[in-house]
Amino acid sequence: MDLDPSPAAEALRAKARAWLAEHVPAAPLPSLETAEGFAAHRAWEARLAADRWSVVSWPERYGGRGADLEQWLVFEEEYWAAGAPGRVSQNGISLLAPTLFEHGTQEQRARTLPPMARGEVVWAQAWSEPEAGSDLASLTSRAVRTDGGWLLRGQKAWSSRAAFADRAFGIFRSDPVTRRPHHGLTYLMFDLRAPGVTVRPVARLDGRPAFAELFLDDVFVPDEDVIGEPGQGWRIAMSTTGDERGLTLRSPGRFLASADRLVRLWRATADPGDTALRDRVADAAIGARAYQLFTWAGAARLAEGSAAGAESSLNKVFWSEYDIALHETALELLGADGESADTEWAEGYVFALAGTVYAGTNEIQRDIIAERLLGLPKGRL
Amino acid sequence: MRLQPTAEQRQFARSLDAMLTACDTPSAARAWAAGDRAPGRAIWSRVAGAGVFALAVPERYEGAGTLPVELAVAFVELGRHAVPGPLVETVAAAALLTRLAETGDAAAAKRLLPRLASGEDMATLAVTAVGPYAVDPDAADLLLVADPARRDAPARARRGPAPSGDAVLRAAPGHGPLRVSNDPVRGRARPAPGGEVLAEGPQVAGAVAHAVGIAALATAAQSLGVGLALLDRTVAYVRQRTQFGVPVGSFQAVKHRLADTLLALEFARPLLYGAALTGARADIAAAKVTAGEAAYAAARTALQLHGAVGYTEELDLSLWLRKARPLRDAWGTPSWCRAQVLA
Ligand SMILES: Cc1cc2nc3c(=O)[nH]c(=O)nc-3n(C[C@H](O)[C@H](O)[C@H](O)COP(=O)(O)OP(=O)(O)OC[C@H]3O[C@@H](n4cnc5c(N)ncnc54)[C@H](O)[C@@H]3O)c2cc1C
Repeated sequence: MDLDPSPAAEALRAKARAWLAEHVPAAPLPSLETAEGFAAHRAWEARLAADRWSVVSWPERYGGRGADLEQWLVFEEEYWAAGAPGRVSQNGISLLAPTLFEHGTQEQRARTLPPMARGEVVWAQAWSEPEAGSDLASLTSRAVRTDGGWLLRGQKAWSSRAAFADRAFGIFRSDPVTRRPHHGLTYLMFDLRAPGVTVRPVARLDGRPAFAELFLDDVFVPDEDVIGEPGQGWRIAMSTTGDERGLTLRSPGRFLASADRLVRLWRATADPGDTALRDRVADAAIGARAYQLFTWAGAARLAEGSAAGAESSLNKVFWSEYDIALHETALELLGADGESADTEWAEGYVFALAGTVYAGTNEIQRDIIAERLLGLPKGRL
Repeated sequence: MRLQPTAEQRQFARSLDAMLTACDTPSAARAWAAGDRAPGRAIWSRVAGAGVFALAVPERYEGAGTLPVELAVAFVELGRHAVPGPLVETVAAAALLTRLAETGDAAAAKRLLPRLASGEDMATLAVTAVGPYAVDPDAADLLLVADPARRDAPARARRGPAPSGDAVLRAAPGHGPLRVSNDPVRGRARPAPGGEVLAEGPQVAGAVAHAVGIAALATAAQSLGVGLALLDRTVAYVRQRTQFGVPVGSFQAVKHRLADTLLALEFARPLLYGAALTGARADIAAAKVTAGEAAYAAARTALQLHGAVGYTEELDLSLWLRKARPLRDAWGTPSWCRAQVLA
């Protein structure tokens, strides 16, 4: 066992630190859940990409640096410690890209990945539907065969950033006859500005249009935008949900940076006699460290060749609940200012509140942990 | 950044596990609580034979070198098997004497360490700044006590980055009346005053602080082991106990509590190994509070999910159930640990 980053990781750390010190915007960008903020974040993605910092873990030919998991983790620590902006391309980078690396064609990768890396094409995930949330396999939106492609019909819900995004990836029922809900689904990509698409922005709790509903009325998708074999959509989608729950969505670097800010806030403002609050600040510091070390251990296991599997459910429950506790503690430390919606902590708090719902609710994750990691009987009585 | 046990560390854990499984540790623990120390001493010798105590002792005193990671690996197994006796206190005593020797006071180490490493002597340790009691002093061959130095002691020149204050290390001549713990396998008593002074001065305070850290680390590991044993046993129980025509383990309320138990234990594990690697005070405190709370929560869950049978002393589960709370608070209460994290 050791905690020493490899020389390659340390080298990347030094380079990233120097670059970030020079380029991170001095003032925070406006919220990426607004039109203005979205544009500013796109520009930031382009800036990152120009010096190959937007997708360090991708192969060089797609704009990355071929960083391994450990190097990526170290990069993320530097990124968040530098106070760099949130990533508007996250959905694409953490969900679609791994799917294309695993199931896409050479042509799809060449066409899709570089503009994603540059923030030119921002992607939305179109999985959920009004009647298909936790029970995603019950989805009813359809892909109907037509000349040279498919026609999409139906409605998708809660699509993050779809209010401002360019394209979407999602699963659709292409064989309505099969009785098995997980069969006959097809995974494909489509243009949010194509004829037949209506995007209705939906305001989240703080009023910002963080997600949208998509109404699809015979939206044409050419065959080259189908990912993998038609009918195999479920298998393809499930092979990448681990990425969503697990590390790529929430790297420890981000929580380490937040916990660090919280401890500084506590030192600067807290009443030293308030040990109850002190204990919560300590728990936030401990939680960030625990998540970092848990991730390192997981990375070591992956490097040994074991698959991530159901362990990403442990990850997801941990970070989502941790994130809320961290922000609640910060609001409490802020005292009267904790109520004000214009602080960085307030925006983080609203964002954190959703973590236990998206990427598979924590109830569903606990089922997975109990059944697949503890071997308890299936069933949801 | 390879926070994974090496092949040797895994093998060490497996062989300890196999050895302790063969020892019938629950009976030994029950006998220990009843005052019969023979079966526990026999296990103690086998634990020593497996090299566990030697992990806290340098080679020059017939140990294996100071190996905190291996120590953590071993204490997880000792906790999983509910091995009785002042295990933590013995390695803490060894760590204290070792650090004293490293800072120039080698006399006590030379005399005492080889016997601790080999398992011939069982030690216990009271650090009065942490708490007034020593665990199992009646069973121990050596009762070490670290007191703050008398106020009138002459000020001494500080050597290196020593913590503030002086301390006195002595071998107590005996102890007061035993108090039964919530865990009957942990008898405790206040050490008697007096006895041979083994060392004195600021370097003793430094060595004591180091020993308290090792004790906290080993306790964290033992807690993790206790929590894992409680989870394993509870999972096995809810799979076979049926109500309403199905195993109770198929009820979501039951599953989710166990999922949370696993989650807490699995996030304590990397903190434990991380702390063993860095030896940093804040890291050890973080591991201690996290493992202690996780094991205690595992105990509460185990008790609940076993129904009434979980509330009996007859079931072996009680051996782990009653350990979790004292271990959570020993060698650094959660609140003290949290303060250390931010210190
Ligand atoms: C901020 C945010 C962003 C999102 N972004 C996207 C996106 O980009 N793309 C996308 O496709 N979707 C997105 N989602 C949708 C998200 O994936 C769903 O909200 C989620 O899968 C839950 O589905 P639901 O909302 O329909 O809740 P439901 O499934 O209706 O669940 C309601 C409640 O019942 C519980 N429940 C349901 N079934 C069970 C069960 N079997 N056992 C125990 N409890 C159960 C749930 O845990 C939940 O607490 C987003 C959601 C949020 C909040």
